Amino acid sequence: MSATSYAGQLDISTTPRPPMSRLVQVEVRKMVDTRAGMWLIITIAAVTVLASTIFGLAGHDQDRTFYNFMQFAGAPQGFLLPVLGILLVTAEWSQRTAMVTFTLEPHRGRVLAAKVYAALLLGLAALVIAVGVALVATVLFGGTDPWRGLGTVDFLKFAILQFTGILQGLAFGLLFLNSAFAIVLYFVLPTAFSILFNTVPALKDSAPWIDFGTAQQPLGNVGNLTGEEWTQLAVTAMIWVILPFVAGLWRMLRAEVK
Amino acid sequence: MITLEGITKSYGRFTAVDDVSFTAQPGRVTGFLGPNGAGKSTSMRIMVGLTHADRGTATIGGHRYADIPNPARHVGVLLDASAQHAGRTGREVLALSALTMGLPQSRVDTMLETVGLNETEARRRVRNYSLGMRQRLGIANALMADPSVLILDEPANGLDPAGIHWMRSLLRGYAERGGTVLLSSHLLHEVEMIADEMVLIGRGRIVARGTKAELLQAHGSFARAEHPEKLAAALAEAGIRTTPSGYGGGVRAECDPVDIGRAAAAAGVVLTELRPDDGAGLEELFLQLTADDARETVTATTTLEGDQA
Repeated sequence: MSATSYAGQLDISTTPRPPMSRLVQVEVRKMVDTRAGMWLIITIAAVTVLASTIFGLAGHDQDRTFYNFMQFAGAPQGFLLPVLGILLVTAEWSQRTAMVTFTLEPHRGRVLAAKVYAALLLGLAALVIAVGVALVATVLFGGTDPWRGLGTVDFLKFAILQFTGILQGLAFGLLFLNSAFAIVLYFVLPTAFSILFNTVPALKDSAPWIDFGTAQQPLGNVGNLTGEEWTQLAVTAMIWVILPFVAGLWRMLRAEVK
Repeated sequence: MITLEGITKSYGRFTAVDDVSFTAQPGRVTGFLGPNGAGKSTSMRIMVGLTHADRGTATIGGHRYADIPNPARHVGVLLDASAQHAGRTGREVLALSALTMGLPQSRVDTMLETVGLNETEARRRVRNYSLGMRQRLGIANALMADPSVLILDEPANGLDPAGIHWMRSLLRGYAERGGTVLLSSHLLHEVEMIADEMVLIGRGRIVARGTKAELLQAHGSFARAEHPEKLAAALAEAGIRTTPSGYGGGVRAECDPVDIGRAAAAAGVVLTELRPDDGAGLEELFLQLTADDARETVTATTTLEGDQA
């Protein structure tokens, strides 16, 4: 039993708060210790391999480059990793575990930070797997001169694409605090915006400045982005990732947990 | 020690907790008693910072809960046994808590043993747990770090009689070693058996508090007459305020039995029963104290009206 003096005063000097590294460890474990989480990760890994194999067998010779294999390995990840980010936040509310999580660490901001680090760690692991799978696929199925035009910036672009996806997922999870709602809106909202901005002529010019999907397109092309494209990416990320994240953070910090 | 001072929390126009103040002392089991929706759970959530109070302060051992570093090492909390991920195993739930608190994983086995969950049960997923098993898991979680303060919301809910007996000795032991135990319940007999001190709450307000003995003191008389309506009239005549009690037109009054006897004799009313009200336990007191604040009116009232008809 922890020390209590006669006056009923708690001596709190002997228990430092849990270090961030431990909180991150807990959050990583939470992502994989349920059936839902485990299967999502297995699916991500399986689809990564599957997509590369199909492309390796069916793709045209001149298309079967390392760069394209990486894109193919990364595409399903870009689709599923954000879901992991969403669930990392929303499961606490739908399964009501937030009641336990926030009594173990009442500083909700620290818990959220741990979740962000955990999601990014997992994203990094997925990235390494995608690059690994692409390497193997290139060796196995590579066409003529499969390494052509490859630069460091391509890895950076790939990483940006994956990590913004995960962070956007976390942000949507925070904003809606409901798995189904967050997942549906995560997929529907940006798609609806893309369609809107790319079909309405009056909006088309402003699309890369407002629509995240349009601004992200250059990340999938070979070579570096222009200065303007980088700026557009930053502006749209502000709208689609940072803004929902800040609003969601505000909501989560204030929300009543029951 | 848990101290609440003037805690108030409203949801729109509805005041869930209204100026609640009380203390739960070390070495004692304090029962937090009230009907459903009286504000017990909201008060407990406020104590641990899951709900923010509009006014007032809640401290545990002199600190706000949020200011206690690694609070679960000092304060064991069980607010809702069902608030666990259905897809996690019982063992994993405890393992995550132990990891967060920085306790060795061996502690998980110790706790499973303490609350009587065997290895097979611990490997099952929480979705397959009965409410009683979830309660045991929740209690294991709360006791994990051997804290000196326990805050348990309806811990006996779903436990079988043997389980309740087990929990009673567990919490007694805790208090005897100097721990502060606060537990809530809407079932009086549970609290009556376990608690040293009681805090009664109804519609967000504290309606009574004290030790069991204090709450049972000065509780007047119980009387029953051949013709309840004549007795009612006789007592009204004598200026004795009564409340309906039990079945068959019985009444309680805050006076000595002799006063009722005199009033009845003067009016020529035949009494069939007259005794000091040692109370059928605290049940009546509980119903009375919360009657004005409860959702349903006490059934005795209906019985009395039925008799008069």
